[in-house]
Amino acid sequence: MRKGLSWFNVTSIALGFAFLYIPIVLLVIYSFNASRMVTVWAGFSTHWYWQLFQNQQLLDAAWVTLRVAFLTATVATVLGTLAAITLTRYGRFTGRTLFSGMVYAPLVMPEVITGLSLLLLFVAVDIDRGFWTITLAHITFTLCFVSVVVQSRLVTFDRSLEEAALDLGCTPFRTFFVITLPIILPAVISGWMLAFTLSLDDLVIASFTTGPGATTLPMRIYSQVRLGVTPEINAACTILIAIVTVVVIFVSIMTKRQEIERQKAERLAAAG
Amino acid sequence: MSTGVTEKTQKTIGGIRRTFAPWNDPQAVPLIRYKNVTKRFGEFVAVDNLSLDIYEREFFALLGPSGCGKTTLMRMLAGFEDPTEGQITLAGQDLVGTPPYKRQTNMMFQSYALFPHMTVWDNIAFGLKQDRMEKGAIDARVEEMLKLVKLEKFAKRKPHQLSGGQRQRVALARSLAKRPKVLLLDEPLGALDKKLREETQFELMDIQMELGMTFLIVTHDQEEAMTVADRIAVMNHGKLVQVDQPAVIYEHPNSRYVADFVGDVNILDATVETVEPGMVTLRPVAAPERRFRIAQDCAAKPGDTVAIALRPEKMRVELDPPADTNVNCVQGEIWDIGYLGDLSIYHVELPGGVRVKAAKPNLTRMVERPITWDDKVYVYFSPDAGVVLTS
Repeated sequence: MRKGLSWFNVTSIALGFAFLYIPIVLLVIYSFNASRMVTVWAGFSTHWYWQLFQNQQLLDAAWVTLRVAFLTATVATVLGTLAAITLTRYGRFTGRTLFSGMVYAPLVMPEVITGLSLLLLFVAVDIDRGFWTITLAHITFTLCFVSVVVQSRLVTFDRSLEEAALDLGCTPFRTFFVITLPIILPAVISGWMLAFTLSLDDLVIASFTTGPGATTLPMRIYSQVRLGVTPEINAACTILIAIVTVVVIFVSIMTKRQEIERQKAERLAAAG
Repeated sequence: MSTGVTEKTQKTIGGIRRTFAPWNDPQAVPLIRYKNVTKRFGEFVAVDNLSLDIYEREFFALLGPSGCGKTTLMRMLAGFEDPTEGQITLAGQDLVGTPPYKRQTNMMFQSYALFPHMTVWDNIAFGLKQDRMEKGAIDARVEEMLKLVKLEKFAKRKPHQLSGGQRQRVALARSLAKRPKVLLLDEPLGALDKKLREETQFELMDIQMELGMTFLIVTHDQEEAMTVADRIAVMNHGKLVQVDQPAVIYEHPNSRYVADFVGDVNILDATVETVEPGMVTLRPVAAPERRFRIAQDCAAKPGDTVAIALRPEKMRVELDPPADTNVNCVQGEIWDIGYLGDLSIYHVELPGGVRVKAAKPNLTRMVERPITWDDKVYVYFSPDAGVVLTS
């Protein structure tokens, strides 16, 4: 095998990364711009971050978003985990294919369609649209992501661990909480974080399902940008990017560590 | 590694072992009874109308190839599977429908199934905590179990910080901690290397004797079953083929299947010539000019085609014909030699092209053995060395 990279590899990687990240890097840089003009650099400043924290509308929107995301992630994790357990544990029950199809459909469904159909539903049953309808909609579309993450962990779960607990006198209900859940917990947490970030940056579904009084941060940013991009928005986006990046890195480190530990345990078992 | 058994019990093991035979006692009440048990998974019949009695304090082995239904039979006793038909009783109580967490059986799993997020101590204490035993009693029992399996120093470790042998001991301690009526062992030593496995087999026997428990072991390793068990049930296709003590299974197999599965064997096809009480005369297909005499009562009639099972260690290979004319003898040529150190295995080709194996202990330290490839040799065995198999 050849060592190192050819010039072709290097160029294509550089171009690829540039394509993906230059816009984001520019946004972050300009959030520290002292000038009011978004495109003219006038020295470093954290002025816009201060300005941001004075902007009550943006802060309100951020608060709504965080509450929606937290509630969404929690409910979606519970339901998604239950769905994953049903799909991996209960064999071929009647309607399994339908159930699994229905759980995973939102994964591939265009957001506009999910949003529109939910809107029609909320109108049909005549719910006041706002915080709760956004949350419900977000639970609906993040549930499948949690389910995928948890299911992939459950597939490799050694059933004899649960059998051993039952055998030692533990009821099935308790077994889930003292054996199964602690072991799959890293996957469940990953699922929670995934749902949290998905809810945090969703614009399309939130726009469809919201009502007066409940504006999420992405919606607020979008509406402000239509009046012209301000460095304030750049600052808000930078903070959002930071949150999402931290969460994503945390999740990937956790999955990686889990994988390494699993391999280590397997090596030990093989050697032992 | 010492056995963890006191001097006193050590001395009595022989005495107990020699006289222990409740299966011959018509008064004895079995602890475990399988009555006409059938288990089907869809079309597949895992256990086929099987009845079996296991007695208290017995070390019982279920032996068979994978897929013969032995594990299913055990899992039905633990409660992980319910029989499709039939009844299973433990100490007189019908078990069918009782969930595993309400049964007085504990199982040691093939994968050990140690809880990875708990320490050795918590693993062993897990079952006791489910019974809401008080803390002092739990501590005392866990200490006792750790001592029994010689892991006192490892109480605070997590399972992934232990070697395979240590994990196996934790699994054993955990399944013994609740003092179950029956301990179920599912291929318990399969993951250990040969030396450790042999040591552990003797340890298991000592622990079983010391605690006075009933052990049911599932294994595909016939040596393991022969070593540890009081009785062995050889299974095939969901049925019991033979249930008896290890020596009977080995020396008097009731079928080709058992003879072939347990130990090394030569199976020679033969035709029955005459049948007398205690003696059968046969004409082997491989050497039709010879007559073999087997000391055995036989239900076969003259003219029937049967099989003679001969264990390699009961056959002699010599360059000279035997002096005693009573022994069965056949001439052949050395085809192959396997030198094992303690034994040499000679593969001898008989005139008809059939090859037989004969084991010869290497009693001297000669490097050049007198019998070598292509030698013309005599293979012989006494009339009480072989078994006539009609099925």
